Amino acid sequence: MKIVSRVLHALLVPVLLVALWWALSAHSTSPFFPPLKDIMEAFRANWLFARVGSDVVPSLVRMLEGYALALVVGIGVGLPLGLVRGLRDAVEPAVEYLRALPVVALIPLFIVATGIGDLTKVLVIALGAVWPILLNTEDGAGSVEPELRSMALAYRLTPWQRIWHVVLPSALPQIFAGARTALAISFIVMVISEMLAATNGIGYFVLQSQSSFAITDMWSGIILLGILGYLFNLLFLAVQHRVLKWHAGYRASEEMGTR
Amino acid sequence: MTTPPTTVLSVKGLAKVYGAGEQAVRAIDDVSFEVAEGEYVSIVGPSGAGKTTLLKCLSGLLPITSGTAEFLGDPIAGPPEGLALVFQDYSRSLAPWMSVYRNVELPLKARRLPKAERRDRVSEALESVGLGDRGHQYPWQMSGGMQQRVAIARGLASHPRLLLMDEPMASVDAQTRADLEDLVLSVRNRFHVTLLLVTHDIDESVYMGDRVVVLSDRPTRVREIIPVDLEGPHDQITTKSDPRFLELRNRVYAAVRGGNQQPEGAGALGR
Repeated sequence: MKIVSRVLHALLVPVLLVALWWALSAHSTSPFFPPLKDIMEAFRANWLFARVGSDVVPSLVRMLEGYALALVVGIGVGLPLGLVRGLRDAVEPAVEYLRALPVVALIPLFIVATGIGDLTKVLVIALGAVWPILLNTEDGAGSVEPELRSMALAYRLTPWQRIWHVVLPSALPQIFAGARTALAISFIVMVISEMLAATNGIGYFVLQSQSSFAITDMWSGIILLGILGYLFNLLFLAVQHRVLKWHAGYRASEEMGTR
Repeated sequence: MTTPPTTVLSVKGLAKVYGAGEQAVRAIDDVSFEVAEGEYVSIVGPSGAGKTTLLKCLSGLLPITSGTAEFLGDPIAGPPEGLALVFQDYSRSLAPWMSVYRNVELPLKARRLPKAERRDRVSEALESVGLGDRGHQYPWQMSGGMQQRVAIARGLASHPRLLLMDEPMASVDAQTRADLEDLVLSVRNRFHVTLLLVTHDIDESVYMGDRVVVLSDRPTRVREIIPVDLEGPHDQITTKSDPRFLELRNRVYAAVRGGNQQPEGAGALGR
């Protein structure tokens, strides 16, 4: 019962907003704001499931490939940077500069260098998403509890064991925080890169629909993107909840001051 | 492997200087003592006497500046095998992402023991500290005293030749403290423990040790090494009210205060 009432509670505002949109747009004659009813029909025609294989899947594959690459590189580079102080001091200015560069500005460069194929988009997505992961990993790996580090040394854990059993889990809450930001960035960069350089994908579809005055189709793409972004976040939180179960309990016990 | 030497730990003229040049701080000036196999030795000294520094040197976490420190006849260059450490701050030295069982098991993984043996040792150690059925819990789900027992079990599970304890009872309440003291005494025979216990509590140093090494203020020197000749099994009430115990604690207290040599050191002892 409790869950049902919570779901109803969460749905209340979205349902009201959609109803409002529906009502206000019902008799719209503006070509840019077609009735929601028409948009929904376009949504069904496009996304259930005619264009799933041709546009949705390519978009998601690119995004997940870029995101996975960002995770591997971000954690792989962030760990040594966090662990070796000299390395961090040497690399930090360069990292700060690259991070400040808007990745979208690099898309033209990438197109020249690697064409408009999937590789370009995957690389651009990874380049945009890598920074929050890298910086959070570095920070997390550099701030392992000193007593735990001493413990790991005194009990003669090997370097790999120290990284696997101590450094990585200790940094994981921060890595997750970075990975969540990175997921949102991957999604945004995926859409932009498809608008600039692609022959399929949801971003491409939205821009193509707009330039061919298929405004209801454009709206259906926008709505799909909103739904996908929302679902990604939900999925991420579910994974985080599972993996970091200990962290929630630990934090709660710290706040209670149980010692 | 030769036959086990009777001297587990041998410290001669150990000195530790932090930094160099003008900013150099002489933390430990001259410390010498020995710990024989099976012995319980307490190190007591005023707060800030460099006790933790000494322990870090002995566990190989800090390099010594001069003198020698040998563990089982070998100079201590890094954390040696066969040494276990229990820290003061259990809440920081236990990994919050691991269950109690995994925390105790971790040093055994470092020793590459097979899984079955790890399981046996973890169970034995947890049982001996009275936490046999708590392996699945997380440390932060437990009270402070229980967490420190987990840390002690972690030390015991590795069957160390020497157990180093750094003020292990300093951050728990009086009752828990007494329980932990008796616990550490009770595992002595079962795990063939040799113990070096650092404390600032004079009663504890006498209650726990066969000998008490009394340290001075910084730069740290050994003031006196006092043998403890208390008969039979210890008990919190009868032992601590035994006239011999009181005599010894007064002697340690006088040594900690530094007698007539350093009257300004008086009152430096405190919690």
